Amino acid sequence: MFFGWRQASYVGKAALAVLLAAFMALAPAWAEEATDDVPPGDDYDVSNHDPEDDVSPGYEHDAWNNIRDMLYEDQVIEDGKDVISMTAPYRAMDAAIVPITIAAAKPQTKDEFIESITLVIDQNPSPVAAVFHLTPDSGLAAIDTRIRINAYTKVRAIANMNDGRLFMATKFIKASGGCSVPGLSGMDEALARAGKMKMKFLTPDVEGAGGKAQLMIKHPNFSGLQMDQVSGVVIPAHYVDSIKVTRGGTKILSVEGDISLSEDPNIRFYYGEETSGDFTAVVTDTNGETFKKSWPVLRLAEN
Amino acid sequence: MLQRSVPGSPFTRERSHWLRVLTLFSPIVFLASTACAEPLAVEEVAEGIFVHTGSHQDANRENHGDIANIGFVVGDRGVAVVDTGGSYRLGWRLREAVKSVTDLPILYVINTHVHPDHTFGNAAFAGDEPEYIGHTKLPRQMAARGDYYLARLDEFIGEGQAEGTKVVSPTRTVAIGKPVELDIGGRVLILIAYPQAHTNNDLTVMDLKTGTLWTGDLVFMERIPSMDGSILGWKKVLERLRGMKITKIIPGHGPASASWPEAQNAQSRYFEELIAGVRPIIKQGGTITDAVAAVGKGEADKWELFDDYNPGNVTKTFTELEWE
Repeated sequence: MFFGWRQASYVGKAALAVLLAAFMALAPAWAEEATDDVPPGDDYDVSNHDPEDDVSPGYEHDAWNNIRDMLYEDQVIEDGKDVISMTAPYRAMDAAIVPITIAAAKPQTKDEFIESITLVIDQNPSPVAAVFHLTPDSGLAAIDTRIRINAYTKVRAIANMNDGRLFMATKFIKASGGCSVPGLSGMDEALARAGKMKMKFLTPDVEGAGGKAQLMIKHPNFSGLQMDQVSGVVIPAHYVDSIKVTRGGTKILSVEGDISLSEDPNIRFYYGEETSGDFTAVVTDTNGETFKKSWPVLRLAEN
Repeated sequence: MLQRSVPGSPFTRERSHWLRVLTLFSPIVFLASTACAEPLAVEEVAEGIFVHTGSHQDANRENHGDIANIGFVVGDRGVAVVDTGGSYRLGWRLREAVKSVTDLPILYVINTHVHPDHTFGNAAFAGDEPEYIGHTKLPRQMAARGDYYLARLDEFIGEGQAEGTKVVSPTRTVAIGKPVELDIGGRVLILIAYPQAHTNNDLTVMDLKTGTLWTGDLVFMERIPSMDGSILGWKKVLERLRGMKITKIIPGHGPASASWPEAQNAQSRYFEELIAGVRPIIKQGGTITDAVAAVGKGEADKWELFDDYNPGNVTKTFTELEWE
């Protein structure tokens, strides 16, 4: 079975290599023409092509084109490679808990900082997974979280700079079923635990980025796509839609969440060196419940 | 190569071109084989206890979902089937195996947990009108996940292979702390339901006459365990099983039978490695990705399908232990 599949894919790759070789022979002429099409100074628009296309031939771009039109209309989205990066497993082993890391290339400053990072999962039923709002007090615009993936998809992190420029990083992830299949704990058990929170303080690992912390929230984050009961009744959507983290009253991070964040939302973030005081997290869900908790800053070993 | 679609799902997304070509002829194959479905090969591991061993693979177009250990116990009055295989067709072939051994009626069809490789043959026994029995949490899980598993079955086990497969829920359930006794004539089976372990709906079947315990997927041998419940819960259940008077077990995956408690040594060792590996990473502020890259490596050559399941197992262990 394995052998058969691999063999087929090698044949495919060989064919692709031949095509590529033929194409490259013609490339110089093509490149010149293409350059003429792009007005000088216009930025490379990664929404038309990105390197991830290499791992996802035939990828359906309609979903992204629609989201892009809706969120950004005709704004230019630049290639994020010097600004923001994303790490995620190419093949996720658990579609309901796919770890992803988004990180800015350099720390936030008052003059130049990332105001928000929008996380888009093209093929999910509700593609805008989260918007992370940041400030110069956020230290480093870097978020580590866990998402649900419903079908093979591109995942995009779009950084909105304080000067209005947009930069995007993308990753292609193979996983499916993450939104539709409920976790094992029953509805009642999951709801009974909802709102329990924990904050851990981590060792900062980027110079000039300040401190690093992890906020953990117990919440089933029901997607509204999961079924319950013998009658096949859909569990209504019920998820964390807002998270606000402050330190000594100063805003560090706020998050608009959606159903694509995993059960028990879990977010790692940075905070600026100049902030002080206790941390407070205020979390609300779509049923209008609010959970609030504060923590003094601890060292890693004291967590 | 492998695609984990559902937590704990044994299904993959493998494809093979020549097999796809073969499946063009599947309607003919299907008609021919239902007419004379071959009984599943079974082995009598203890007096009156018959087990069919599945292959140590994910469900695919070659094994047609025949990947779990399934079988039956014959009493003087009738038969109790324990798990039914990954499709209607496999269930039917198991039924043929029962018929080749005895003419007694099939009184009970017991499912050890929700996973499709153990439950998707249930419908094949409907004509026998047995009592279908499972954990009190099984009906809900079947309802929640059944359609998802079913929708992908054809794709996983081959066109036509899924024909007739339905989600058949228990008609009688077993609650935690309230074992159920089934008298099938000359022998009594004790059904015990467990708290969250491999899944949240694990059930074992003890045959008092021979001291044989069907563990379902509470015990994996040779094939790497898959985590769909709680590692700490599972560890506790194993401790409890180690204290029980058991002559031999029938694992959910592995040989047809094995001696107890040695049968769970490898699995317990793997769990210890997962826990001992993940805890310090959490303590040091590491991530799931860090843990997946580092934990369990010492077990790599000790299990079938290690690379396919270890990352998922590490992930599950991490999300459980980080709340400690």
